[in-house]
Amino acid sequence: MIPYIAKRAVSLLLVFLGLAVLIFVIARVVPGDPARIALGPLATAAQVEELQQEMGLDKPFVVQLGNYLSSLARADLGKSLLTNRPVLDDIRQALPATLELVLFTLLLQIILSIPLGVVAAVYRNTWVDNLSRIISLVGIVTPGFVLAILLQLLASYQFEFFPVTGRLDRSLDFTADATGLLLVDSVLAWRWDVFLDAVRHLILPATALAMAGVGQVMRITRSSMIEVSSRDFVEASRAYGIPERVVAGRYMLRIACVAPLTILGLEFASLIGNAFIVEFVFSWPGIASYGVRTILQKDLNAVIGVVLVSGVFFVVANLVIDVILGLVDPRHRLRAARST
Amino acid sequence: MTFLASPVEHEDAPLSNRAMAWYRFSRNPAAVVGAAIVISVILAAVFAPWLAPYPEAAGSQVDFRNRHGAPSLTHWFGTDNVGRDIFSRVLYGYRISLGMVIGVLGLAVPFGILLGLLAGYFGGRVEWLIMRFTDVMLALPPLAMALAITAVLSPNLINAMIAITLLWWTWHTRLIYRIVKGQMGEDYVEAARLAGASHAHILFRELLPNCVSAISVKVTLDAGFVILFGAALSFLGLGVQPPTPDLGTMVSTGSEYLPEHWWESMLPGLAILWAILGFNLLGDGLRDMLDVEL
Repeated sequence: MIPYIAKRAVSLLLVFLGLAVLIFVIARVVPGDPARIALGPLATAAQVEELQQEMGLDKPFVVQLGNYLSSLARADLGKSLLTNRPVLDDIRQALPATLELVLFTLLLQIILSIPLGVVAAVYRNTWVDNLSRIISLVGIVTPGFVLAILLQLLASYQFEFFPVTGRLDRSLDFTADATGLLLVDSVLAWRWDVFLDAVRHLILPATALAMAGVGQVMRITRSSMIEVSSRDFVEASRAYGIPERVVAGRYMLRIACVAPLTILGLEFASLIGNAFIVEFVFSWPGIASYGVRTILQKDLNAVIGVVLVSGVFFVVANLVIDVILGLVDPRHRLRAARST
Repeated sequence: MTFLASPVEHEDAPLSNRAMAWYRFSRNPAAVVGAAIVISVILAAVFAPWLAPYPEAAGSQVDFRNRHGAPSLTHWFGTDNVGRDIFSRVLYGYRISLGMVIGVLGLAVPFGILLGLLAGYFGGRVEWLIMRFTDVMLALPPLAMALAITAVLSPNLINAMIAITLLWWTWHTRLIYRIVKGQMGEDYVEAARLAGASHAHILFRELLPNCVSAISVKVTLDAGFVILFGAALSFLGLGVQPPTPDLGTMVSTGSEYLPEHWWESMLPGLAILWAILGFNLLGDGLRDMLDVEL
């Protein structure tokens, strides 16, 4: 297992390096001088030149790339022109909110999709199956922002219990310093009122974010459960008289969960990207809100930082899912070892 | 296993492949509904100027006396914040959405296919280079990347299309690569090679035809997701700019008037959903019909 992880980690490092270079090239190749873009059309030529020097834009491209990579190795993402603070600090401040949203969404996806998929497979071709098929289709084809707005609309008419913006009620005096995740920190501080309020705030954005993945994973769970259900070992277990509940819930699910886990991993990795939309609608103070704000302000350092961080998240999520798959299904481990 | 298959199903005249495929398609209600929805969207886009009850609503027409009108018999989808007929704007909006689909897929798909063919066929260094580059591109968070590109290039329809195209080809490269890799050991490829066929002949005449069904399913499913992606960009203010009637922009502008004037955001939103639903059902139907795995 260890060499397997190490091998995956090395290829991850390569992907990361490629990612960094690529983002840098895209940000530099695009027409327009970053210094001019940052300062706006009203700045004087002298001001632009000064900023060019400060950003190192007057040096040859290869030198710029070298400087950029070496500062990246020192975890220095440069300064945000919008907030005038190091980009890393800004991101560090915004990241926990996004992580909390994304992890909560993942939890929601697992809780909803796998059981529903199993139920659909067990009661296949009945109304239960049809209902679950409709739910998954609606989940897949509904754009996240349409769902987000629909949920806000419902919340403002019907379910006033769920707040439509923000992370925590203003009246609650609480700062999350330990991990930055409100759900964790509130439990650590024994503040159940904060915990419940944070969950209340999370439900709507997480639902909007989760549905696309729920639809996909549900569908995959169903089809791989059905595929597994005709295998010999399942028939044999049934013939021994082992209750269907145990056969389906324990023996089949372990084999059948490989495909859903893969999709879940891919979905999880893309969640941080999709969070851009949902955070925007729900005024969630996360990295995506920061990203949209800095993108609109053409704050290049910050934009590169945000894209880089979400790229890293994407790559690491894929690694984690690979490792989990290797633990669940030894064949996956062997296949990966052979292919590299 | 073939000797066990009973010929009962084709007892009378054996159906041709095409007839068989059509039979399977027409017996799949979801696929037929999907096709009908897709056709309705295409017709709406093509004939928007003739179908729209208020064609002038597509521009920057202003009619403040009729602003925020609820859906009614005269304005089926109501009117927006400056009094334009939303139904007419939705019809014109489909033109933008479909134009985007054609532009993005027209560029990204051939490019992706070409790279996939090359990587799968030549192997070795070519394969390493192309597939590692594809991996890196796939590691980019698509929405964040597209946002960054459009923002730096200044937001408009063309740049949004460029951004989406730059990210979209990777999926096709991967798909074609996998298929070609699987075909490489097959006899017909060897036969063509032994017969002295050129690389180009084997690539485009022998291998490519075997990818067509997978590509057509993928492209159909993609169409829905390009619409979704483009709408998401405009929703964030980084795609199509007003007064062009774009569905995503309409949802975003309309959402400022929630919850009282819900139709201004929800109905264009449902129009996006309608188009995506159509392409999705059709794509799934084609997948069953052509029996391909993506």
